[in-house]
Amino acid sequence: MEKTIDLTLKVWRQRDRKAKGQFETYNVKGISTDSSFLEMLDVLNEQLINEGKEPVVFDHDCREGICGMCSLYINGHPHGPDSAITTCQLHMRKFNNGDTITIEPWRSAGFPVIRDLMVDRTAYDQIIAAGGYTSINVGGAQDANAILIPKTDADEAMDSASCIGCGACVAACKNGSAMLFVSAKVSQLALLPQGRVEAARRARAMVAKMDELGFGNCTNTGACAAECPKSISLSNIARLNREFIKAKFQE
Amino acid sequence: MWLTNSSIGRKVVMSVSGLFLVLFLTFHMCMNLALVFSPEAYNAICGFLGARWYTLALTAVLAAGFFVHIIYAFWLTYQNRKARGNDRYAVNVRQKDVEWSSKNMLVLGIIVILFLVLHMAQFWYKMQLNELLHVDPSVNPHDGSYLVITIFQNPVMVVLYVLWLVALWFHLTHGFWSAMQTIGLNNAVWFKRWKVIGNVFTTIICLGFAFVVVALYVQYGVLGWDVPQMAH
Repeated sequence: MEKTIDLTLKVWRQRDRKAKGQFETYNVKGISTDSSFLEMLDVLNEQLINEGKEPVVFDHDCREGICGMCSLYINGHPHGPDSAITTCQLHMRKFNNGDTITIEPWRSAGFPVIRDLMVDRTAYDQIIAAGGYTSINVGGAQDANAILIPKTDADEAMDSASCIGCGACVAACKNGSAMLFVSAKVSQLALLPQGRVEAARRARAMVAKMDELGFGNCTNTGACAAECPKSISLSNIARLNREFIKAKFQE
Repeated sequence: MWLTNSSIGRKVVMSVSGLFLVLFLTFHMCMNLALVFSPEAYNAICGFLGARWYTLALTAVLAAGFFVHIIYAFWLTYQNRKARGNDRYAVNVRQKDVEWSSKNMLVLGIIVILFLVLHMAQFWYKMQLNELLHVDPSVNPHDGSYLVITIFQNPVMVVLYVLWLVALWFHLTHGFWSAMQTIGLNNAVWFKRWKVIGNVFTTIICLGFAFVVVALYVQYGVLGWDVPQMAH
């Protein structure tokens, strides 16, 4: 039998980048515990529209945890209280009848609020554009065994590559540092021979862009990895530090 | 210069200066142990150090280490607060994998500095500086053991110093492995190893310091041993 719950929502509302935001409290009733968190917000917005009010603006796209578009800081956790999932994968069965849920946008100088719960994450695109790629003209696909890669390296590179760039690391970090994201993107290429060629230049360029955009200095609290929906490891940060220091000594 | 204008460079300065200070603490703790077993031996070590040219040079290097570590701490914290933005979260939860100390390094550091001021006034001022500039003629700068023992006959000082060591323990348990991580000497395997090594090393250092403080209090404050004093 379907179980339903009633909830009180404290939602951050902010007109635009410059406006001062504040919390608004809404009540939603009869939410199915089988629904996802974003579906619950859809129900809230339907209700607001019917009341003639402005719906709550929030980011979302694939709703299957791979695009990195959804965000939301739910009850003190990016992507909510469950671990290793994105907000769109969060189910309402994680909440109890009568709960008050506080929903905030990512709060960081690097990710300014555009409206309500939606933030501007183009800073991440700029960091990628600064060096998060290989600039080799590869031509046609070559034989898969032409360059042999140890299984452990391939696995680690794949784990680093699972970062979806959602920004939860910056949101969770008390320093607003983007090191987990940048380190994952540097690692996924530095671990493979094709990416190794430009490893030093990439580390320098991506860190320089990250600093320029006003992200904070990493103090190794580990909050980023604890909240990461893709469980990106802190060892990536050690690798980025190593790559960057090596690159600087090569200068 | 990458050690000032890149985030990782600034963190490297923090790490290296921090590890240098840990090295100093290790030496300081070892030297203190002598006092519990032989005040004469302790005075001999003090005599060997004193206000000689090489000790003064090392003191200058040490002071520079402290200075850099503290200045960078405030600089980094200022930048990090700015990076956090103007609006703070309404709900804050500390994740279970996140150490309390890692989020309070500046506060712990400030506690350590405040005690350091007291410590310098009690000992450095009356020993090395006194030997050099004769700032306090009532104290014999060569009789370190007498000065230290008489201070730790007071239980209030014992409690204060133990509190200081607790703050230091929290600061170093995060600082040690964090320094290794920042220098890049870390990976998935060494992550846990560095944490264990850091915790064990930090505990040895802090227990060593605390042992001397408590032992001196028991010997001269509780058991009432005669405090050996060097003839002027």
